[in-house]
Amino acid sequence: MRNEILKKKGKILLLGNEAIVRGALESGVGLASTYPGTPSSEIGDTFSEIAKKAGIYFEYSANEKVALEVAAGAAFSGIKSIVSMKHFGLNVAADSLMPVAYVGGSPLVVVSADDPSCWSSAQSEQDNRYYARLAHIPCVEPSNPEEAKELTKFAFKISEKYEIPVLLRTTTRVSHTRGIVKLDKLPKRKTKGKFIKDMKKFNNLPPHTMEMHEKILEKIEKIRKLSEKTKFNFILNKNVRSKIGIIVSGVSYNYVIDSLDQLNLKLPVLKIGLTYPLPTEKIKRFIRNKKEVLIVEELEPLMEKEVTRIAKEINPKLKVHGKDILPKSGEFNIETVMKAIMKISKKKFDFNFDAHKKNFEKLKIPRRIPVFCPGCPHRATFLAVKKAAPPGTIFGGDIGCYILGIFPPFETQDFNLSMGANVSVIHGINKVSNQKTIAFLGDSTFFHAGMPAIANLVFNKSNTLVIILDNRYTSMTGHQENPGTGYTGMGDKTTPIRIEDVVKAMGVKNVKVVDPFNIKLMIKTIKKFLKKNELSVIVAKRECQLMAVRRMRYFGVEPDKYEIDQKKCKQCKSCLNNIGCPAINEIDGRIFIDKNLCTGCGVCASICPNGAIKKVKKK
Amino acid sequence: MKDFNIVLTGVGGQGILTLQKIISEAAMKQGYDVKASELHGLAQRGGHIECHVRIGKKIHSSLVRQGNADLIIALEPLEGLRATYYASKQKTIFLLNTYEIIPLSVYIGEGKYPSMDKILDNIKDFSKKIFSINASEIVKRTTGSIISTNIYMLGYAVAENIIPIKKEFVLDGMKKVIKKKYFEMNKKVFELRENQIKRKNLYFKK
Ligand SMILES: Cc1ncc(C[n+]2csc(CCOP(=O)(O)OP(=O)(O)O)c2C)c(N)n1
Repeated sequence: MRNEILKKKGKILLLGNEAIVRGALESGVGLASTYPGTPSSEIGDTFSEIAKKAGIYFEYSANEKVALEVAAGAAFSGIKSIVSMKHFGLNVAADSLMPVAYVGGSPLVVVSADDPSCWSSAQSEQDNRYYARLAHIPCVEPSNPEEAKELTKFAFKISEKYEIPVLLRTTTRVSHTRGIVKLDKLPKRKTKGKFIKDMKKFNNLPPHTMEMHEKILEKIEKIRKLSEKTKFNFILNKNVRSKIGIIVSGVSYNYVIDSLDQLNLKLPVLKIGLTYPLPTEKIKRFIRNKKEVLIVEELEPLMEKEVTRIAKEINPKLKVHGKDILPKSGEFNIETVMKAIMKISKKKFDFNFDAHKKNFEKLKIPRRIPVFCPGCPHRATFLAVKKAAPPGTIFGGDIGCYILGIFPPFETQDFNLSMGANVSVIHGINKVSNQKTIAFLGDSTFFHAGMPAIANLVFNKSNTLVIILDNRYTSMTGHQENPGTGYTGMGDKTTPIRIEDVVKAMGVKNVKVVDPFNIKLMIKTIKKFLKKNELSVIVAKRECQLMAVRRMRYFGVEPDKYEIDQKKCKQCKSCLNNIGCPAINEIDGRIFIDKNLCTGCGVCASICPNGAIKKVKKK
Repeated sequence: MKDFNIVLTGVGGQGILTLQKIISEAAMKQGYDVKASELHGLAQRGGHIECHVRIGKKIHSSLVRQGNADLIIALEPLEGLRATYYASKQKTIFLLNTYEIIPLSVYIGEGKYPSMDKILDNIKDFSKKIFSINASEIVKRTTGSIISTNIYMLGYAVAENIIPIKKEFVLDGMKKVIKKKYFEMNKKVFELRENQIKRKNLYFKK
């Protein structure tokens, strides 16, 4: 379906993220790079699908910092480039974002997909609009797919004209909203460039660094003039005379419109698409004759602070509302915004949100904890860990699919911070305590941030055990390729880096590759390595079962199925209670395997004490 | 038409996203503006998954407001119950598949899975009308697998006229979203309810 994105014209349904890709294509992008992360992943995945057809270069990079640098290199060579990542990704890339901004790396668009409400984010709910202010680069914030496309094009224009990278900041509800987008012309793309030497321009070195700092501040003031007149900063209901006004950016714009509509209310709304630098004069004119203004922005009160400052100058009596009546964390929706507007406009509504919510909460619905998929090799690894590790072992967890080890029945994750972090935290614990420790990380995480951490273990003589769950993909975010998989983001074969070779080359002496489905060998190896007073690494290597099964079915093969011999089963429930497999269910006191769900890993059979679980014979 | 607000809900793997894509494509074909919200990521791993589709003349937000759903299609009863957040006595029609998927939290004793009667009773307080059907069972009888339950539910909604989209456009949407190889089978499943109603009408005419 994604090929549709290359259509010449017409109107098609696009996800916000896909619309960003189309916007880049309509701008003549030549290179795209990314490291995956929800809610940004479909940007990279779409590029991956269409790059060859569109004649552009795309790559999944090893991490976000690398991805940003790759895009900067192309931009330095005069090629329009775009790099996308989730919000924490920009933490990783930030080290290079600052100097790339100073040297005026352009044409370059940096996409940060933030995740208010942490729908798919473990680490933080941070507001990346701060990065625009930190790096002094402009920031645009779309509110729907159509605008996502238009603002991507606008971002490229700003970047090219002012020689500055531009931050395109979306949020989950923009990235993952599908809407109708009108397609414009696809220009001829320039994909071959040339790096023209310019020592002064591209080198960061004091005192020149300070000159660059001054220069970028000047650029931002120039762009502020653009912010005053761009059509993306506009006033809705301009002619409505009211003492109350609303200033809004991003997805919240939709909630404002819907709220006003449902409340049958007309108020002037200043909608801001280029949110840094803010259009100071426009804001002045908007608030000059108002008594109250409501700033509707998710997470941090960034616009609110600036409007408060501007109001001091022009209209000191103005009441600036924002985080006094709107939540500081969590995403907004129509009801949050509606309630805020009702509060300041004194308008009533015939639906009682709070009573409804109370009635709903009375239902006490059991939650659905996400579980490992049937046949997931991570489940098998954790099962072995539970059986092999002595009580009190400290488990350092990480952010891939194996994060689910946090839940019962495993609870093999005592903490998690950011990608790769646990290895070094475990090392710190190891240096000051006598506790047994195991650090977990996945293959993609190993290449992303794990390698320096493991080098440090060798360097500083750690004696922990590290288990690398190598399922051959970046699975959590949608099975993207990584340096270990043997394929590039364009689908070409490349050298797969073997994790076991890397750790051996780094100097780890105890290294063993084990198939997680071989529970007995896994248990034996973990026990053996835990006894050593030396750093050891187990590579638990087996392909993600979702992908293995998908491939089998593609070739018309059904995976093996297991069943329980009800005569032999003594209802000890060790399979039910220790594995947490969605295919194993209890019905009226008896245990059954759901053949629709079983993918034939056989892990349950290998731990059944009564030998009651058998492979179903194929007819 | 005023805005029509649909909530699709179920468990990861039940084909909620596919359903959303089909409805969105069909609504666009029929000339409506469309906004649909999706959730990706953790939700795919046995978690609850929920999509909103809003259609009408001009649509802004992709989220349905609390209590404002016109139609809720629930592929799993517990998730149907959870979707009452978007439902209200005044306007909401529920289309509920009674096929239960027990969450892990129930197995580990964190909560209880309510009885079907209790679920329907609770939903009643939040709805104008409920169609509760054992769709997965019906689909399994016809195709040997429960995979196309989502399509059966959509066919049911169209046949019962509780979704303002015409069959021809839904089929267009299906053609676009579903792999060619599986289209004919799904079309058959889609038409199950319609054919049943036709047969019933014939019977009563006699
Ligand atoms: C800095 C950063 N970038 C991206 C992500 C999103 N993310 C979460 S887990 C993960 C990778 C998981 O891959 P892997 O380590 O191979 O484990 P798997 O999911 O395959 O088990 C990614 C990219 C993140 N959490 N932090």
